[in-house]
Amino acid sequence: MGAYAYLAPQSVQEALSVLDDHLKRGERAQILSGGTDLLVQMRSVDKTPRLILDIKQLAEANRLEVTDQSIYIGAAVPSALMTENVDLQALLPGLMEAADLIGSTQIQGRATICGNLCNASPAGDSIPAMIAAGAQCEIASESGTRLLAVEDFVVGVGKNALLPGEFVLGLTIPRPAARQKDAYLRFIPRTEMDIAVAGCGVSVSVDAAGQCTAARVAIGAVAPTPRLVPEAAAALVGTTLDEAALAAAGAACTAASSPITDKRGTVEYRRKVIAVLCRRAVAIAKQRAIGA
Amino acid sequence: MGKMHVTSRINGELREFLCEPNQTLLDVLRDELGLTGTKEGCGSGDCGACSVVVNDRLVCSCLVLGVEAQNAEIETIEGVAGEELHPIQQKFLEHAALQCGICTPGFIVATKALLAKNPDPDEETIRYWLAGNLCRCTGYDKIIRAVQDAAKTLAHPA
Repeated sequence: MGAYAYLAPQSVQEALSVLDDHLKRGERAQILSGGTDLLVQMRSVDKTPRLILDIKQLAEANRLEVTDQSIYIGAAVPSALMTENVDLQALLPGLMEAADLIGSTQIQGRATICGNLCNASPAGDSIPAMIAAGAQCEIASESGTRLLAVEDFVVGVGKNALLPGEFVLGLTIPRPAARQKDAYLRFIPRTEMDIAVAGCGVSVSVDAAGQCTAARVAIGAVAPTPRLVPEAAAALVGTTLDEAALAAAGAACTAASSPITDKRGTVEYRRKVIAVLCRRAVAIAKQRAIGA
Repeated sequence: MGKMHVTSRINGELREFLCEPNQTLLDVLRDELGLTGTKEGCGSGDCGACSVVVNDRLVCSCLVLGVEAQNAEIETIEGVAGEELHPIQQKFLEHAALQCGICTPGFIVATKALLAKNPDPDEETIRYWLAGNLCRCTGYDKIIRAVQDAAKTLAHPA
């Protein structure tokens, strides 16, 4: 294919058949939603002409719904629209604060958390928060839609689990219970606009006595992919989220990490900091859950 | 595929243009429509010099494709002043909130979007909102003062 092309399909079926046609002809097509990663790549590391398939006209991808059972965040919903939603602020403060850490006002006007997920950076801030929230991707394919847990979606640095011809329509997240809250913390050397050295998303449920009944802990920027850490959750469940439980969960995060040394931080530093972030994030989520 | 035909409303005026599928909205504004008030800094969404408002959202026009502007409402720096300078522009002048001026259209468009959403922002809110606009001359303090003064003026017009 010699030149770029652009198409904004009006239905999921149309989008899938265009993807399928390109696949059969051996031509490249790439999904565009917010474009904050894609357009940068188009002018720097990946200039190959291809079809840009804009999914922002799809009704399904623009869904932003909070029901009694679940939350749906479509793949075309920009971060700013999502974080302005008062129901989501109350239900998923951790996921909202993770999304709010990504880029500037201008970036958040366009960027989507599904795009953050598909880009599959080890340091994508929203991904550990999605995993902690128990999010699943709704993936459109010619054989129908399928659900995949976010922790299974990122399979390597910059690599996701989408098969050729598939694309992400949105995220479905179980509605958190009354005393279930999440939190996300990352470390960067400045206060704004940077890439995580380490990040930790947690979700905890507590009972009326303040005892932890369920937890999910996920780590980012300390391994080739964001990771769910069941050992950290196990260290929290059944406790009152006291100092000892927090320390054990933090140690489990360190044990589950396999970071690299780069200009943002060393292996030793990241392994230490991820434990600190875990402890602090659990403490924040606990306060939110008790207060809820 | 060749060039695509796009119609959008820019600063209240219906405009038509032809653009390549991979041409950015920034390049369309500057090169096809002659709206050179919007500046290119980094071209990667880091500096905010190319800030415009698309369908009521502040965005970097270097990270939007021209073809995405089909049926969109776009506001650029050219739409800010009327017969006279907008109070935000006036306050940027009075507070010497610019030196070389390359970042200024982006700051003014971003400030206008902020004050439309939040007419009385505190300093921290202003600094976070404008964190995506980089200025290498002023050290930002004069810009913050100008924004605060503009907010006051807009709330209590003389």
